[in-house]
Amino acid sequence: MSIIVNKNTKVITQGMTGKTGSFHTRACKEYGTKMVAGVGPGKGGEIFEGIPLFNTVLDAKEATDANTSVIYVPPPFAADAIMEAVSADLDLVVCITEGIPVLDMLKVKAFMEGRKTRLIGPNCPGVITPGECKIGIMPGHIHKPGRIGVVSRSGTLTYEAVFQLTELGIGQSSCIGIGGDPLNGTNFIDCLKLFNEDNDTDAVIMIGEIGGSAEEEAAYWVKANMKKPVVGFIAGSSAPKGRTMGHAGAIVSGSAGTAEGKFEAMEKSGIYTVHSPADLGKKIKEIIEK
Amino acid sequence: MNLHEYQAKAVMARFGLPILKGKLCYTPKEVQAAADNIGTSVCVIKAQVHAGGRGKGGGVKLAKSSEEAKSHAEKILGMHLITPQTDKKGKLVRKVYVEAGCDIAKEFYLSFLVDRANACISLVASPEGGMDIEEVAAHHPEKILTLRINPKVGIQLFECTIVGFFLGLDLESIKKLSKVLVSCYSMFMSKDLSLLEINPLVLTKQGDFVILDAKCTIDNNALFRHPDLRELNDYDEEDERELKASRLGLSYIALDGNIGCMVNGAGLAMATMDIIKSYGETPANFLDVGGGATRERVTEAFKIILSDPKVQAILVNIFGGIMRCDVIATGVVEAAKELAVKVPLVVRLQGTNVDLGKKILSESGLKIISVSTMDEAAKKISEAVRKH
Repeated sequence: MSIIVNKNTKVITQGMTGKTGSFHTRACKEYGTKMVAGVGPGKGGEIFEGIPLFNTVLDAKEATDANTSVIYVPPPFAADAIMEAVSADLDLVVCITEGIPVLDMLKVKAFMEGRKTRLIGPNCPGVITPGECKIGIMPGHIHKPGRIGVVSRSGTLTYEAVFQLTELGIGQSSCIGIGGDPLNGTNFIDCLKLFNEDNDTDAVIMIGEIGGSAEEEAAYWVKANMKKPVVGFIAGSSAPKGRTMGHAGAIVSGSAGTAEGKFEAMEKSGIYTVHSPADLGKKIKEIIEK
Repeated sequence: MNLHEYQAKAVMARFGLPILKGKLCYTPKEVQAAADNIGTSVCVIKAQVHAGGRGKGGGVKLAKSSEEAKSHAEKILGMHLITPQTDKKGKLVRKVYVEAGCDIAKEFYLSFLVDRANACISLVASPEGGMDIEEVAAHHPEKILTLRINPKVGIQLFECTIVGFFLGLDLESIKKLSKVLVSCYSMFMSKDLSLLEINPLVLTKQGDFVILDAKCTIDNNALFRHPDLRELNDYDEEDERELKASRLGLSYIALDGNIGCMVNGAGLAMATMDIIKSYGETPANFLDVGGGATRERVTEAFKIILSDPKVQAILVNIFGGIMRCDVIATGVVEAAKELAVKVPLVVRLQGTNVDLGKKILSESGLKIISVSTMDEAAKKISEAVRKH
C-alpha cells in the first residue's frame, strides 16, 4: 500500500505537447507510470509519442478510464486547466505549474468546494510512490520503495531528504510535494492523515518553510492525532523579514510565519525536529532503529 | 511589486476612492509651486520611497506656507531616509508627493489581504488608526476586527455595517464607509493585489472619509495581465543585482553576509543559507538558479554573485535531478575560468551523473573544493573564509 497514487493510477497530461510536458511525460512513462492520454484543444485524434491526444479532459477520461491528471500548462491558463480536470470528476489533479496568480487559485479553491477531486500543488514537484507510480518532475532514480512517508513544500529539498534516506538504505512509501505557493490544494494535515492510516508507512518526514501557518496547524494536528513518529525541518531560519524567498509563499510578514515559531510549534507537538537539513535521514534512522 | 503612495492613490482614484489633491515633485521649486496651487492653508510633503514609517525618519513634513514647503523639500529631496523598515543606509529620496491638508476628526486602520489558511480575502479593521497594527494586535487584540470575505460573492453590505459599528461610526458615516470598503475590494480583485493597507483612513471634521496613506502590493505572478501596473515599477527602488538577476530569470536576493550561494530550488537555497549560518558564517545572498539551469545561466549567476564586493567565498549546492551534474560542473568550471574567480569555491554536487560531474571539477586544474554532502559543504566553506 501507499498513499494517493499506486500502480493502478492512470494519468492524463494537460499541456503534454510543450517542452516541459513532453519531457516529463516521457520520463514518467519510462518510470512505469500509466500515462494514458494527453489533452490539447484542437489536437484530438493525434498521437504524441505513442500517447493519444484529446481535445478535452472529459474526452480523455471517457476514452481511457483515467482517474488522474498532471498539469504543465503555462501560468495564465493553469487555473482553468485545474478547473477543467475538477469538473471532469477526476480523483486527483497534480499541478506542477509555477507562477499562477494567487487570485486565480482563490477561484479554483472556491470552485472545488463540494467536488470529489484532490488537488496537489500548484508549484510543486508532484507525487511518487517509489517503484509504482511517479507523477511530476522529481528524479525517479533517487527513490527506493519502503516505509517512510515524505511531505514537503519544497522540490529540491525533498529530493535531498529522499536521497539521504535512500543512501542509508531506507525506502519511502510515498513522497508528496505540496507546493510553494500561498494557496494550494492538499496540505500537510491531509498528507499526515493519510500516512497515519497507511499500514505501509512507519514514520514521516515533514519539510516546511517560512510563511503562512500551515506547519503550526499541522503540528497541532500531530499532537492530537498522529500515532507515528514525525521528523520535521523548516527552511528559512536565516531569511530576512518581508522578502519573498523564491517561492511565492515563503515570506515572513511582521512576526508571523517565522522558522523559529514553526520549529517551536513542532517541538511542542512531539515532532522530532532537526535544525540542519543534512540530518533528516539520520534522524529517521535513529527513530526506526530504536 | 510595490507601488509608491502617489501611484497607489492614482489607481484608487480610478476606483472612486476618496483621496486628497496632490502632486508629484522632483525639485524644491516644483514643491513650492504645487503648494501654492493646492488650495488648502496647509499641505504635507511626503518622501516617495518603498518603506513604511517615513514620518519617523523625517520624510513627512507639514507646511503652512509655500516657502515652508520649499524649505522642507530642500531637506527631504536627496536625503537617505532611514525608517524602521529600511537598512542602516536608508533610502535615497528622489521625489516627494505634495498633498493637500485636511481636518482630521478620527483615524482608522483598514487592510485587505490574502488569507492563506482560509483561502479568501480578509478585511482587517481597527479604530487605532495611524498605529503599527502589529503593536495593536499584540497589546489590544480586542481593537482589531478580522472578517473573511466569501470569494464566491464578494463583500456584502452587512459586512460593511459590522465594520462600521465596530469602528464606532454613526449610520450616516457607515453608509460612506460601505462605499469605501466595496471600492477597495473591487480594486483588490481587479488589480490582482496581494495587500492593500490604508493607515490611516481619516474621517474629517466635515464628515467625509479620506485615504491619507496607503500601501499597495501587486501579485508579481499576475503582472502579465496588468501592463498598466507593470509600467509603474520604479527600478530605482530595487537592488541593482536583484534587478539584473530577475531579467535573467534567476531568483536572487541580496543579503548582508560574506558567503555567496548558488543553489537550485528555493527550499534548498533557503536550507543552504540556514546551514551556513549554523556554522557561524552569513550568506551574502539567496540565489535559486532554477530547475533548468544551463551553462550560460550558471555563468550569469556567478557574475552576479561576484559583483558583490562582500563575497569572500562561494558555495555551490546543486541537487541534480532533472539537471545533470556534469552539465553543472562544466558550467561552474567555465564560469570560474572566464571570470578568474579568486575566492575559495566549494561545490557540492549530488544526484544524476554526480561521478562525471566530480571528475570534471577535479580535472579542471582549478582550486575547487568538491564535497558530497550539505554539511561538509558548509563546514568547508566556513574553514575556507577563516583561512583566507
